Amino acid sequence: MSDLTRLTAADLADKLATGEVSSVEATQAHLDRIAAVDGDIHAFLHVSDHALEAAADIDRRRAAGEQLGPVAGVPLAIKDVLVTTDMPSTAGSRILEGYLSPFDATVVARARAAGLVPLGKTNMDEFAMGSSTEHSAYGPTHNPWDLDRIPGGSGGGSAAAVAAFEAPLALGSDTGGSIRQPAHVTGTVGIKPTYGGVSRYGAIALASSLDQVGPVTRTVLDAGLLHDVIGGHDPHDSTSLTDAWPSFADAAREGARGDVLKGLRIGVIRELPDSGFQTGVSASFRDALSAMEAQGAEIVEISAPHFEYGVAAYYLILPAEASSNLAKFDSVRFGMRVTPHASATVEEVMAATREEGFGDEVKRRIILGTYALSAGYYDAYYGSAQKVRTLIQRDFDQAFAQVDVIATPSAPTTAFRLGEKIDDPLQMYLNDVTTIPANLAGVPGISIPSGLAAEDGLPVGIQFLAPAREDARLYRVGAALEALLVDSWGGPLLDRAPILGTNGGAL
Amino acid sequence: MSEITPDLVRHLGVLARIELSDEEVQRLTGQLDAIVDNIAKVSQVATPDVVATSHPIPLENVFRPDEVGEMLTLEQALQNAPDAADGRFRVTAILGEEQ
Repeated sequence: MSDLTRLTAADLADKLATGEVSSVEATQAHLDRIAAVDGDIHAFLHVSDHALEAAADIDRRRAAGEQLGPVAGVPLAIKDVLVTTDMPSTAGSRILEGYLSPFDATVVARARAAGLVPLGKTNMDEFAMGSSTEHSAYGPTHNPWDLDRIPGGSGGGSAAAVAAFEAPLALGSDTGGSIRQPAHVTGTVGIKPTYGGVSRYGAIALASSLDQVGPVTRTVLDAGLLHDVIGGHDPHDSTSLTDAWPSFADAAREGARGDVLKGLRIGVIRELPDSGFQTGVSASFRDALSAMEAQGAEIVEISAPHFEYGVAAYYLILPAEASSNLAKFDSVRFGMRVTPHASATVEEVMAATREEGFGDEVKRRIILGTYALSAGYYDAYYGSAQKVRTLIQRDFDQAFAQVDVIATPSAPTTAFRLGEKIDDPLQMYLNDVTTIPANLAGVPGISIPSGLAAEDGLPVGIQFLAPAREDARLYRVGAALEALLVDSWGGPLLDRAPILGTNGGAL
Repeated sequence: MSEITPDLVRHLGVLARIELSDEEVQRLTGQLDAIVDNIAKVSQVATPDVVATSHPIPLENVFRPDEVGEMLTLEQALQNAPDAADGRFRVTAILGEEQ
């Protein structure tokens, strides 16, 4: 039974469709796996009581001859930032402990309608603020490759869940790299779609002009299958695009044939020097580029002079928008309430509640955002940061006039140790240097495994960026490189991850 | 150097409705000072001729029909309230004694 957890979502879906495996069997295998390894990993904040019920329903409908979608019956892990009616949604915060939403996020509703089986809610940095999950109010998630190391963040729970074979598919959200950086450090695949490509309705907002929901998986094809389920226009989200999107699963299948690499122009950014990157990260990146070059791709040096201002602009725009979005946690309509004394006014109750309910990083960013938006500073900080956004968009426009995709290492280092950067917020922020420009400009990005760093044996990811609305291009290119690399490795990178759960369970 | 002082941090805490202990004020002052020093460089390239971008993919006039949509029931709206009475959210006094 336990080998069902090693299947890709695409292969599992095929076995479900032919009746070789039932959804109840597949779901039970993943629940067993969670029971066996999640004590060590802590990817999940909540495991669903309804998963087997949902799986049985899919099996019944399939047996009755109902025409089901391509991934019906496949289990799914859901980042806790996405609200769900049948499981608590906390966004990793104490202030929302036990919160039960009266509605499902659109992506969750679409996943259910497609027959995906929600397994549980995954851990994250509180309100998605962080790069390590250490800012979760419920304790950190551990990287399946090395339990003493971070799984990335904010979506470390979703990435660790798929890397540890606790789920074949997961949902994430990416505001500055929260899907792509965890993919990098866990040897998995993550996609941040074009801004507006996937509905944000029911995603607890961090920074509304940057947030985007996307797939977290082990293969590019699986990401495409999930993206096909969750994507497309949603009238509940007025920033959602009305475009008719192609099938991303089809794009991945087409890409895996490899023809796309012939003549593909890949931009490499001159201003991202090797010196800022760990040796093994740079080496893996260059090896991946060489492999693509050998298949006919052309490497073109491009200039993106304003990317170096991206982190600075991001840490003005994000706190500004977050301080506004998080004002709703006021102890009145939902969430925690702390009444400091019997005659406390509502304002005192709010201040005491937010003092106790928010963690350090959330307070830091709310205070920073309040500062950036205050009278006298607005133009110098928030206004300037918005101008940097324009400059970064222009850098992208000029680059994409010369190249089809841009490639970067997905993050500067492999997974660092838990606790290593927790006391230095600025160092933590610099983790996002390669991922942030995509959020500022709204363009899509994908991270796929490029190998292991020679010096520490930990996973490294390569990121590809494409022009806005060209998500399908990322699936084609990502699947092409994935096929090349998996072939050269003789199997998926995750086959080389340590064996977990040797203390018993369902192995 | 930026001008982040303990008094400013305390004031920002009041504006943001977050009670801050003295220890938190001290810690935040140092951290915010370092962060603001680092992010202030955005003004180096944000010259007057550059227009601001508030939204990555510009959309205009996103309307919906002026009809009642899917609404929460009163019960659903109140189901997560820390305190409610008579179909409304209940809070403590709006004004303090000296106000």
